[in-house]
Amino acid sequence: MADSARAPVSAISKSAAEAPAASAPRHTAIVRVTHWVTALCFLALLVSGMEIVVSHPRFYWGETGNVLTPALFAIPIPSSRASYPTRFGYVLPDQNGWSRYLHFQAAWVAILAGLLYAGYGLLGSHFRRNLFPRSGDLSWRALWGVTSNHLRLKRASEGEAWSYNPLQRVTYLSVIFILFPLVIWTGLAMSPAVVSTVPSIVEVFGGQQSARTIHFFVTVFLVVFLLIHVAMIWLAGFRIRMRAMVTGRVGPRKEHA
Amino acid sequence: MSRFSRRQWITAGLGAAAGASGLAMAAKIADRYGLIPPDHGGIYGVGETLTYAAQRLLTSHSLAREFPRSQISAKPFPNGDPPRDEVYRRLLAGGFADWRLIVDGMVARPASFSVADLKSFPSRSQITHLACEEGWSYIAEWMGVPVSHILDVVGILPQARYVVYFSIQREWWDSVDMADALHPQTLLSYGMNGGDIPAAHGGPIRFRVPRQLGYKSVKYITRLTVTDNLKAFGSGLGSAAPEGGYAWYAGI
Repeated sequence: MADSARAPVSAISKSAAEAPAASAPRHTAIVRVTHWVTALCFLALLVSGMEIVVSHPRFYWGETGNVLTPALFAIPIPSSRASYPTRFGYVLPDQNGWSRYLHFQAAWVAILAGLLYAGYGLLGSHFRRNLFPRSGDLSWRALWGVTSNHLRLKRASEGEAWSYNPLQRVTYLSVIFILFPLVIWTGLAMSPAVVSTVPSIVEVFGGQQSARTIHFFVTVFLVVFLLIHVAMIWLAGFRIRMRAMVTGRVGPRKEHA
Repeated sequence: MSRFSRRQWITAGLGAAAGASGLAMAAKIADRYGLIPPDHGGIYGVGETLTYAAQRLLTSHSLAREFPRSQISAKPFPNGDPPRDEVYRRLLAGGFADWRLIVDGMVARPASFSVADLKSFPSRSQITHLACEEGWSYIAEWMGVPVSHILDVVGILPQARYVVYFSIQREWWDSVDMADALHPQTLLSYGMNGGDIPAAHGGPIRFRVPRQLGYKSVKYITRLTVTDNLKAFGSGLGSAAPEGGYAWYAGI
């Protein structure tokens, strides 16, 4: 399965002119399935997470924090709890029950999909071939080239349908190896049962409330990534990129010319 | 559908049957080892069961974090007022001298204890974190008698699997499995930060289970019932929490 995707990618990434006329493989089945499962889980986690924040839209640093102690910052929105004073004259309906059930169920699915993807990426050639920067990718010249193309909103060259550019590689690697692990770790750090087995899970952050605050900010970064990711796909050609991630193939050149 | 040969259909069918029976077997084994929560039904049942089973396997003997005295929160948030009803107010006015804790169910010697009785038992004091599912938290020192000691006094029967606990506030009742009931940090606590538990924090007796979120630490405890089956209590989901849409197990 992985092998079928390899040959065209390495051959075609050099130049668009070498792209085959017929449709050709781009993303393997494991990459596509785990991509969409993760996308669905992320939306479920985001919506349920926002509902949970609404019950106490106030953040702290350290071990503890509550309405009687000073906040690091508070989000000026109405709350779903009468015990949380806001300047709005009403209390939103409590949605925490199903939100918490959904949050943890989606987290399980996302983690299992993530493990499958990471195992596949590390044992196979996906990370090495498609995500780790190629030699020369990380020079200032190469990075500046791709960045300036982006800033001038230059349309992606056809070869980019076949391979990731250095900016994409660095971004995807940061999401996969920094933001996802950090959001899982800070989530586990909020569990009193989990930290009872390994207290350092939460102690490295300086306390349970610090972990909650970092969990929130990592989510903000992930949402920013999602918005840019979708915008870039739109700009680069929504149909061809969607087709590649759904069917796994990039169509013949004429179709999207 | 001609893309699939008969052999592929048969292989897929056999695979699905093997998968389903494997899953059924796993569920049976998991139930025998107490890895299935009472609220395992419904669309979130799979996630809930995975969380409970994974944490039971990992945490059955681990201790909740304890903190130095210097980290006790100056302002613990009680999240609610004491009960306003006549019965509670009369008991409060009498210094809870007439408060009774009933222990019944699958026990050899059902009993009833006063607060003074509880204070005469061996005590444990611990400085632990209390985190609410909403997101806020505080650290306080709790003093009380381990639930395991009470269960020793009344003598639980070998088939006991859960301890159900009831509050004077009828809408609040909950339960824990034996791993949590017999855990050394699970207390029937009567003291907080050096004094009696203030009324707003659950005095005279609060069930403290520090490896789970705050809503499992029910206030104003009047009764413990030992059982092997939660079906007979409420709508059979193990506590008032799932009836309000919340998970029975709150170790998250």
